[in-house]
Formats: sequence, structure tokens, C-alpha cells
Amino acid sequence: MTPSATLEALAKAGIPAPVKPLLTVENLTRVYGKRIGCADVSFDLWPGEVLAIVGESGSGKTTLLNCISSRLTPTCGTVHYRMRDGVSADIYKMAEAERRYLMRTDWGFVHQNPIDGLRMTVSAGANVGERLMAVGNRHYGNIRGAAIEWLARVEIDEDRVDDQPRTFSGGMRQRLQIARNLVTEPRLVFMDEPTGGLDVSVQARLLDLLRGLVSDLGLAVVVVTHDLAVARLLSDRMIVMKEGRVIEAGLTDRVLDDPRAPYTQLLVSSILQV
Amino acid sequence: MNTLLVASEVKKTFIMHMRGGVELPVVANVSFSLKAGACAVLGGPSGVGKSSILKMLYGNYGCDSGQILVQHHGRHVDVASASPRLVLEIRRDTIGYVSQFLRAVPRVSALDVAAEPLLIRGVERETAREQARDLFTELNLPEKLWSLPPATFSGGEQQRVNIARGFITDHPVLLLDEPTASLDAANREVVIELIARKKADGAALLGIFHDLDVRNAVADHVIDVSAFAAGKAAA
Repeated sequence: MTPSATLEALAKAGIPAPVKPLLTVENLTRVYGKRIGCADVSFDLWPGEVLAIVGESGSGKTTLLNCISSRLTPTCGTVHYRMRDGVSADIYKMAEAERRYLMRTDWGFVHQNPIDGLRMTVSAGANVGERLMAVGNRHYGNIRGAAIEWLARVEIDEDRVDDQPRTFSGGMRQRLQIARNLVTEPRLVFMDEPTGGLDVSVQARLLDLLRGLVSDLGLAVVVVTHDLAVARLLSDRMIVMKEGRVIEAGLTDRVLDDPRAPYTQLLVSSILQV
Repeated sequence: MNTLLVASEVKKTFIMHMRGGVELPVVANVSFSLKAGACAVLGGPSGVGKSSILKMLYGNYGCDSGQILVQHHGRHVDVASASPRLVLEIRRDTIGYVSQFLRAVPRVSALDVAAEPLLIRGVERETAREQARDLFTELNLPEKLWSLPPATFSGGEQQRVNIARGFITDHPVLLLDEPTASLDAANREVVIELIARKKADGAALLGIFHDLDVRNAVADHVIDVSAFAAGKAAA
């Protein structure tokens, strides 16, 4: 029996398939000279799970995100990723080409500022299609069709497909960046403050869109945010960071409703009530 | 009768670091069990820790010590020490919760708020919505509200959305935190009927009801929470 046939047989018998973590982070540390970026961070991320990393500016969340997503080499510690063939690989022991391929296909990265994740002087359709071409699609009609379909999924009208993102509003740019990341059907998406800098109404729309996409596609997500309301809406689990270290971790609503660490209590009590 | 949940010697203290680390004992030595086909009610004055107990059973509050064993997928698991992943699985399949207040999500319609617990269990969207419509009809929620996000609804309307969301699944254990507090008499009757049906289906329910009529109509036995008052246990 092939592995997938075995899984199907298990599913028919009502037995959940044995699931292993998609991402395993162990003792991840990054120092900048004598300063700590992040220290001794460990966690597992499971398929379909959304993990929020919260903390104030300078707490090391972005350093951590960059180290996990292979954008910044850690000083020590390991990051293992379970590839589509089920084999778990240390991403810092992969060949550079293999790691780049992973980032272009199975992973996505949504930047806080869409300018960092888009090419502003090519069309919206090309921004989405580019990642498909990177994985070997060559048929222009198919690529354009997929681009239009993805623009629709992120609520961008088809008639904007040939426009450049510099003519888009901030919210539209962010939605385009999301489409560009999701078109290759990644299994893991990193997000750095995806709703930062947007008006609250635009932010609500984006959050709603992200929630829907994450559950429809079964995406695993690591999202960095300083906004606890965003963490509550999007994530299953959260990690609270301070001065580069994890000071509290757990189920999102448990951490927010029953915070233990002094710093988490301070964060939660600082939320403005509307 | 089949016992579905057993709490034993559960203890909860809040430590308020913002106020110099003052300790706020909530409850201690909480022990009781919930049986299939019965509704237990947490009794005692306000502030005695009734909601905290419900929240610990749901994994929303941590416990300092003790066990909360629940029958989950045919085995006993301890909510108090379960990993976040397991707590989420228990919530999806075994323990349901009707909170006192609805936490509205922007742009999500009342219908989808109520249908969501079925969707995350893999039920098809239209089937889930159909069941949500049936519950809304039964709870007399005006049809013109169904497609709107509940953030601007009145307290009673939000509560009915919350009740539909809690009752839509067939979770074997259902926790109810004052589900009738903002409802009129007619809708209270509907909730009493829904609870009776859950009991007939073999669910174990645990609720907080300040309304005496409702409590008398649904309670099979009362668990006196003042017996678990943390100060008392220490004395």
C-alpha cells in the first residue's frame, strides 16, 4: 500500500492519521555581538496550526521569525521542517538551492510592508504569476487564469490584473501580497505584522480574509504581531517574548484570559477597551 | 449512569503581579463528577468561583493542581495537564461551552458564527448553515439578522447566537455560563427545552443559572461551590 492509501484506509476506519509536527524549532538562539536577539526558543508547529509570537517592539519576535524562516542564520539551535515526502530536514543543513526552492514553493512570507514582498513595477497578475513560473509553470493562459482566480479570492477585481501594485491602496497591496504567497499552495506561511499600518476597517477585512484562507487551505502559520486582538482572532497557540526569551506559551485564550507571567499580565492589562 | 467527567481536588489561585504579587485564592479542593443524561448546576453567591470552574473545565483557565478527567474519544484525558493541541481537540469533539458573552468577529455573519463548530468538525458548509437556521428559528432570532455580524445585536440577540453555537454540535459534555441571563420568558422556555433534549440525547451538562425558574426546571443536582471556597479549604 502506498502511504496515502494507508492514510485513506485509516480515515475510513475513523482512525485519525498519526500526525507529526511540520516544524520543530529547538534552542534557537541569535546574538548580535553581546546583545541577544532571541535565546533558547523551542516549539513544535503542527499542520494546520496557527502560532502567534507576541511581545513589544524589540522583544526579539522578528529576529525569531527570520531565524525560523531561513532569512537570518541563527547563532545556534536547529529548525527542522517536514518535507512533502514526510522526511524531516534541518533547513540550515540543506543546500542553498534546495532552501530557496522550499521558500518559493512550500513556504510563504507575508511582510508587514507589502513593498518588501511585491514587485511594484510589474502588474498584479505578474506578481502572482511569478511564483508559479518559479515552480516551472510555463503556460501563459494557465498562469493568467490562476492569477485572476487568486485575485478574486483576495477580493481584488479581475479588471485590476494588469495594473501595477503601486496604484493599489495599502489594504489591496497587502491582499495582493497574500495572493502571491498562496498561489503555490504552500503548507507553511510566515507573517510579520500582516495588519500593521492598516486602518481598522481594512484590518478587519484582512483578518477575516486570512481566517477564511487559513481554515480552507489548512495552512500552518507563524504570525508575529504586537496586537493581542490579532493574535486572539488568528491563532490557536501563542508565545510571549520579552528581551529575546519566551516567558509564557500556551493556548491563545488561556494565555490572554489567565496570564501567568508578570509581563504577560502587563501586556493584557494594557489592551485598550473599545 | 455513565460518568463523562470527573474533577478532583482542583485548585485555582490568581497571582496579581500588577498589584505587587498579591495572591487571590479562587477555589480549592473542587471535586465532583458529571453523568451522562443529567444536568448539574453550580450554586453559590456571585464571586465564589463558579465561572472560574467552568473555564478550567474548558481549558480556558489553568489549574494550580488537581485533575479534570474527561472521556474523550473513548479514553480518559486530563484537561488540567493537556497540551494546547489536545485541549483544542477536546473542545472540537467533546466539551462544548456557551459563554456568557459573545466574542464577535468582524464581518462574520451570525449564521456562520453559529455554524462554525460544525465546520471545524468537517461538516459541509450548507448542512451546517441549515442546522444553524433551524436553531435560530427555534430561538426566535429575527431572520433579517441572520446574515449580519452580531457585533451590533442586542444582548439577548447575541446570547441566542451564542446558544445556537453551543447547542449545534452533539458534544457529550456541555458547559453553560448563564445562558438565559438576557433572555425573555418565551426564549428561556426554548433554552429549557433545548437542555432537556440534550439530556435525553445522553449529554452531561454543567451550568450556572441565576434564574431560579430555569434552574429548577433543568437541574438534576446542585454542586455548592461555596464548599470549595479557597479560604475555607485553608482553614
